[in-house]
Amino acid sequence: MKYLDEYRDGDVAARIVAGMRRIQTRPWVLMEVCGGQTHSIVKNGIDHLLPQGVELVHGPGCPVCVTPLEMIDKAHAIARRQDVIFCSFGDMLRVPGSDGDLFTIKSQGGDVRIVYSPLDCLKIARANPDKQVVFFAIGFETTAPANAMLAWRAREEQVNNVSLLVSHVLVPPALVAILQSPDNRVQGFLGPGHVCAVMGYSEYDPISARFHVPIVVTGFEPIDILHGVLMTLQQLEDGRATVENQYSRILDRAGNLPAQKLIGKVFEVTDRKWRGIGSIPQSGYRLRAEFARYDAENIFDVAEIATLEPEICISGEILRGIKKPHDCPAFGTQCSPQHPMGATMVSAEGACAAYYAYGRHLSPQGIDMLHRIAPASSAAPVHVESR
Amino acid sequence: MASAENAARGEGRKHETAAASPLFGSCPIPIFEHKQIVLGHGSGGKLTAELIEKIFLPAFHNPTLDKLDDQAIVTLNGARLAFTTDSFVVTPIFFPGGDIGRLAVHGTVNDLAMSGARPLYLAAAFILEEGLPVDDLRRVVESMRAAAEDAGVQFVTGDTKVVNRGKGDKIFITTTGIGAVERDVNISANRARPGDKIILSGTIGDHGIAIMSQRENLEFEGPIESDCASLHGLVAAMLDTPADGTANFVHCLRDPTRGGTATTLNEIAKASDVGMFLYENRIPVRESVRGACEVLGLDPLYVANEGKLLAVVAPEVAEAVLEQMREHALGKDSAIIGEVVADHPGMVLMKTGIGGTRVLDVMFGEQLPRIC
Repeated sequence: MKYLDEYRDGDVAARIVAGMRRIQTRPWVLMEVCGGQTHSIVKNGIDHLLPQGVELVHGPGCPVCVTPLEMIDKAHAIARRQDVIFCSFGDMLRVPGSDGDLFTIKSQGGDVRIVYSPLDCLKIARANPDKQVVFFAIGFETTAPANAMLAWRAREEQVNNVSLLVSHVLVPPALVAILQSPDNRVQGFLGPGHVCAVMGYSEYDPISARFHVPIVVTGFEPIDILHGVLMTLQQLEDGRATVENQYSRILDRAGNLPAQKLIGKVFEVTDRKWRGIGSIPQSGYRLRAEFARYDAENIFDVAEIATLEPEICISGEILRGIKKPHDCPAFGTQCSPQHPMGATMVSAEGACAAYYAYGRHLSPQGIDMLHRIAPASSAAPVHVESR
Repeated sequence: MASAENAARGEGRKHETAAASPLFGSCPIPIFEHKQIVLGHGSGGKLTAELIEKIFLPAFHNPTLDKLDDQAIVTLNGARLAFTTDSFVVTPIFFPGGDIGRLAVHGTVNDLAMSGARPLYLAAAFILEEGLPVDDLRRVVESMRAAAEDAGVQFVTGDTKVVNRGKGDKIFITTTGIGAVERDVNISANRARPGDKIILSGTIGDHGIAIMSQRENLEFEGPIESDCASLHGLVAAMLDTPADGTANFVHCLRDPTRGGTATTLNEIAKASDVGMFLYENRIPVRESVRGACEVLGLDPLYVANEGKLLAVVAPEVAEAVLEQMREHALGKDSAIIGEVVADHPGMVLMKTGIGGTRVLDVMFGEQLPRIC
């Protein structure tokens, strides 16, 4: 397929990996920030191609994974209402709240629908004037423009039975939180390509400078990712730390200015909780006061819902690349893919789910065998449900 | 599908829970069991297997059922019969390349064919929703007639029920089939052996993507048509391969319907307690299906097929079987996509196009489009 096959070429991949071998003098730990990158790494087995000592840990860039339990419980409370049509991106449906997932709610009679575009909600709202149509507006900066457009158009077109349950998060504050953490291991980042396609990448300069860490904005095809790793290694080996752009065929430094403008009109920056990580100041978006009538948290009585994360679940540490699934006491006992406690058990490719499927019979000594099949670096993907 | 190994796993889990709970107290999140049936229970993935394992097998189990093949082989007065049933609830009922009626014939004929049987007789039960246009029913039935004629099978009995408007979805069809196993074959999911070759009969994902693009009103360059077809002719051609005295050289046959190629191969790997190693480069996928999967965020390896089969074949005749398949109209894109290995039993690994290695697990529930 044109424009894809070029970026999935095994010979090119081998040449890039040979390039890594030539320059690498010591072990390095890199983090790919974005869930889409993690997905590509796992799906293409990229981690198996990297030279020994180049470890990829999987960042917090999966919007489904980092959405706090409390917000999921709010979504479920709304979705259970008879007067609501609850719309969501597909992979949110299986994420467990305190009591079941959206599939369970659907089976109990809730009207839960998967949409590909937030704007589909306008159509659904017009076709169902006696219902409240609620969109679960999650995601990073990537989904923010389309979600903002839903609120914007609802107001412009006077569609008043549509609202957004907003749980938007931002990448730069999360990177700072990771770098400030005393147990941080990450020495370089593959920056989030699609986030930067919207926002540009100038906001990463101060982070790179302050923590002296290379950030290479990277795409999602296998060759993109390998190229991003090579560029990051080159900086590390040279002792440099700057922001570079691997994904130049898609984005430039300024990003998508009309999209940024729209985001600014609809959303404002706010503190947000991250699942497994906790509250990070100024790390998300909420609707501006002008759009309060489209805010599902104002329309439905969910402010009282407060849920604590299960203390036993270590998905936060797994999300930050600090711990491995078998370090968790609940792993394989209270927590399994059929009954996930945390985000990393939800996805077939989530770290815990992968370990559960392929390694739970192994003793810690036998984990070598597991690493051969799914190396530690691939074993902490944070992406929730891809297939 | 479900297997003794799965059952053993369930036991193991119970044991571990008992051991672990005093240490950690009760979990602050209620761990939910599905109290209601969810759509994923019908997806052909892990949830379906769980239903079979926990509800159906305990009630019905017997040596024939416990094999969990797509059909039962029963012996009556020395004659070996293949026996199977399947329900069809697809929506929309008409789709590019077929309709629910055609599917209902091909699906059951294929389940029979996957045992090496010659399909003979079918029964059909219709559940019709009040309000269904009679012309639609006529169209479906005509298409069943044509498909049955094509497959050389006869409908010899049937039943009709009508439910209130809103209590069904236009039309549900259950077909039951009987076939004769006339050849000296022994084909079952538990017969894969290390060294065997894995053959796929053509492009994957066509049916699922045809349905999904119709459902989502997605238009691609040129329509993507369902591959639905009866495969007993192709199977006969395979079994006719000159084998130089190698008996029973076709070890396993399955049509990768719900759950797709990856799930079907996992079922065989588990049932036979062997590993599998595939090569992504060798798996044929239509350009248009690949494109649609990219757009929809799906993986063709988990998308349903209705006119393809996977065969596990003794290595010494694999090339000859492949030749036979390629001569057949329904097998012209056949390819050897991998082999059975002794390593990592119960697991399917794949060398990716780019040279990495990836684990292919069973589909859990429904395939969900991803946010990013």
